Amino acid sequence: MKKNSNIRSLFPLLNIKVNNNPLVYFDNAATTQKSKGVIEQIERYYQTENSNIHRGVHHLSQISTNSFEASRESVQKFINAKFSREIIFTKGTTDSINLVAYCFRELLEKDDEVIISEMEHHSNIVPWQMCCKSTGAKLKIIPIDSIGNLNMVSFKKLLSNKTKIVAITHISNSLGTINPIKEIIELSHEKNAKVLIDGAQSAAHMAVDVQELDVDFYCFSAHKLYGPTGVGVLYGKEKILNLLPPYQGGGEMIEKVDLHETTYAPLPHKFEAGTPNIAGVIALKSSLELIKEIGLSEIKRHEDQLLGYATEKLENIEGLQIIGTSSEKSAIISFIIKDIHHYDLGLLLDKMGVAIRTGHHCTQPIMNKFKIPGTSRISFAYYNTFEEIDYCIKAINKAKKMLS
Amino acid sequence: MELSIGEIESEIIEEFELFDNWIDKYDYLIDLGKSLPKIDDSQKTKENIISGCQSQVWLNARKLDGRVVLTADSDAIMTKGIIAILIRVLSNQKPDNIIGAELSFIEKIGLNDQLSQTRANGLRSMIKQIKLYALAFKTN
Repeated sequence: MKKNSNIRSLFPLLNIKVNNNPLVYFDNAATTQKSKGVIEQIERYYQTENSNIHRGVHHLSQISTNSFEASRESVQKFINAKFSREIIFTKGTTDSINLVAYCFRELLEKDDEVIISEMEHHSNIVPWQMCCKSTGAKLKIIPIDSIGNLNMVSFKKLLSNKTKIVAITHISNSLGTINPIKEIIELSHEKNAKVLIDGAQSAAHMAVDVQELDVDFYCFSAHKLYGPTGVGVLYGKEKILNLLPPYQGGGEMIEKVDLHETTYAPLPHKFEAGTPNIAGVIALKSSLELIKEIGLSEIKRHEDQLLGYATEKLENIEGLQIIGTSSEKSAIISFIIKDIHHYDLGLLLDKMGVAIRTGHHCTQPIMNKFKIPGTSRISFAYYNTFEEIDYCIKAINKAKKMLS
Repeated sequence: MELSIGEIESEIIEEFELFDNWIDKYDYLIDLGKSLPKIDDSQKTKENIISGCQSQVWLNARKLDGRVVLTADSDAIMTKGIIAILIRVLSNQKPDNIIGAELSFIEKIGLNDQLSQTRANGLRSMIKQIKLYALAFKTN
């Protein structure tokens, strides 16, 4: 098991200076830094394996195909999927959700219902709005309460035999709330509705077992779990993926083409038209190996401690209010400070080397709910330290003094 | 005698040369932001919002004695600081001079490196909008 103290040396970018101060990187919910293993794997691929996958009979193509498929198996094990063909590689979580929302049109009729929640990222709102618009299905929204929990009573009322799919985030990217997805999945299945879970903020922070959850679709991005950008995963139950039509047409996804009719390839290739991000997919395996080596329970233990420590320190800052105070939270803290605009705070913290996120975090409905234009958001990864939190608190106090 | 756009720019560049660290520079920007007169809420309309800014910016222009008079506001103080400088340079100038202005002070006072692509886009949108106002006033 790797300890936090020596993990930092594995991430080259953590050791740089920004504006003459050591970088404190607290924007992990946007993207995490990349480990040496991931970076070296990308280079190794292009230096020694580069070739298009699945098509060539030649030596290099065999090697790259094997590496690519080994990565699929690695993802399968990571989320405990039953079959590796249930793992579809995409561009990212957004792409995964769009794939399902687009293909699911085939299974929807006018007046069917789709349920999402008020705390979704725009990526889990807009594709469903588009889906509903084209099918005549209705979009129903689960409201959230003042501390940032889903209103489960409302959810139960919204669920009906008309509900065909429920698309919910596992962890809110702007509030940090961990949703009771197991319960949501059980309730939805009682009504024969499918469930898609947006796992963008959960995959790197807690163990996910798709079979145990009995979830129908689970989506996440490699770049939020120390891996490369441009690679996403869509897990789908084989039976349901087989019900869906292909997403895009092209190479790789076919079995037989003549000019008038095409039979499609079996899973997973049916949903993987065109040449994928081969290097990225292969490098994802390295990041999963690192996570496995540390252990998700160790990651959760450390990040929960960071969350508790930072929450207490932040609450001591006069005029600071944390937005999203559920008892079930992941290591994401959104906050506002009285009379200080998040943009000003973000600029000054950046000058002191602290990287945070400011704005609406692609969750404008949440900002409307809390009647605020945006928040400042701190989000942790396993490599963050208590010392960094102390420094960040000092920097916030200094910025506050300058701005008041 | 009234100063030209170029002359005001030189003044500002000289003022900023006095600062040798970012804290003083930002403190000055914050002070400028605080001293910028607030605009009336009635002017904070959708039409007056400049898009492309991370913070909200409202810009209003009117014509007075053949010159363009600018008022603007933002909900972020540092943005207000930058607006204050822009107004100092471009307000009360003739439309032709505004349209032809090639502003160089942003780079020269060392703000350019602190303006990321997104933030610089906001500033560019502000300048573009001011020039559009000037063009409209010139032809009307």
